[in-house]
Amino acid sequence: MREITGRACRDLAREIHEHSGLQVEECYQCGKCTAGCPVADEMDIPPNVVVRLCQLGQRDRVLGSKTIWVCAACQTCMTRCPQEFDIAKLMDALRQISHREGRVNPEAAGMAHFYEAFLDVTRRFGRLSEVGLTALYKMKRFPNEVMNDVFLAPGLMSRGKLHLVPKGIKGASSVRKIIDRCMKESHR
Amino acid sequence: MKVGYYPGCSLEGSASDFGLSIAKAAELMGVDLVEISDWSCCGASAAHSLDHLLSIALPARNLALALAQGLDQVVAPCAACSNRLITAQVEIKADPDLGARVEDIVGMSLDGDVRVLNMLDFVDVYGVDTLKEKVTRPLEGFKGACYYGCLLVRPPKVVQFDDPEDPKSMERVLTALGATPVDWHFKVECCGAGLTMAQPKIVARLVRDILRNAEENGADGIVVSCPLCHQNLDMRQLAVNAEYGETHRLPIYYLSELMALALGASPKDAGIDRHFIEATERVASLGQSGKK
Repeated sequence: MREITGRACRDLAREIHEHSGLQVEECYQCGKCTAGCPVADEMDIPPNVVVRLCQLGQRDRVLGSKTIWVCAACQTCMTRCPQEFDIAKLMDALRQISHREGRVNPEAAGMAHFYEAFLDVTRRFGRLSEVGLTALYKMKRFPNEVMNDVFLAPGLMSRGKLHLVPKGIKGASSVRKIIDRCMKESHR
Repeated sequence: MKVGYYPGCSLEGSASDFGLSIAKAAELMGVDLVEISDWSCCGASAAHSLDHLLSIALPARNLALALAQGLDQVVAPCAACSNRLITAQVEIKADPDLGARVEDIVGMSLDGDVRVLNMLDFVDVYGVDTLKEKVTRPLEGFKGACYYGCLLVRPPKVVQFDDPEDPKSMERVLTALGATPVDWHFKVECCGAGLTMAQPKIVARLVRDILRNAEENGADGIVVSCPLCHQNLDMRQLAVNAEYGETHRLPIYYLSELMALALGASPKDAGIDRHFIEATERVASLGQSGKK
């Protein structure tokens, strides 16, 4: 395929290969990934078409798709792929590039904000505080709907499932360094 | 038996019932759980969605700590944690350059072998027969739908665990506890996992399908071994009812809760009173006549 297609195709295929070792040419479009995807209905581009667009060098379309953020990373697609193409890993790669370049689809920005909040809280405490995550996510996402999931708090509290003050760990600073350094190296 | 323990963040918060029941079950099994000292977050799906290097480095810190502590086996009960720890090991093994880079970032050695066990691996290593011998309150008459979700079984080449489409290891444990596994169709379907906060409607749809199939096949409850599966199926069940105008009240048990119970713990000591959907009533009187 590389011989017969244009420069854009080669460039995107090579970029994905360098990013995560994947060969998008391996996909022959049987559609099994889409057939088994539990959230395909919610996507703007079906999973097999995402792979096809990668083969065709449609960089903007895949990086700006909702699909890559609706994907729940359940790995059903790659488990059933007759070519053993790791489409779940492709979704990861596209999410990472899309996020780095600030191309997250606005309709799907919630997931990106959720992941950012998750890492922000982990960076701060070394472990994930669910209260911190919920609060930070809500602030990033819906400053005027911060209270939305608050109705769950009394139930969680009475069940011993909520700790308002996160337990920090001794190694919190080393976790912070790991996160900062990885982000710096990946953004180079 | 002595084994390393990586509880993971959820077990200190919304999955406190999971943590409690594991501690109780281990005590009754005579297993000494040695916590990795100063363990940190594995990064879960946030790290692998945003940064590949980070998704390896965060679990690697915990692997390095386990090695430094001389642990050769570590139980990581949360399915996301065990999945991320194993993924990091597999990727580092396949790519020595990545391994060297991660060692440098983490500032610790990754030299050595530590086997990461999910809850079912742990029971397997302990011995299902040994567990069965220790049952004092067989859960006779309880019909459970064993739910594996995604991360215990996928990706199969990485986790190397059971049959990815029709796993049976949880059924074997449930049977050893005296209960009856039901045959059903959603044991490896996704619950929506981390989409729960940003995409609650998708999660409600997926959870509803799982609940209905378990109910249609006569389950008294769904048995899980993942904090996020439990959260979506238990805590979000009322949201499913609100969304679809239905009245599901299906108890969701951690496998470890049923283990602790069958080994003689009270439902409270097994954490079963901490659920959102009432779950104590169905199991409180099981096996009260005791084993012969």
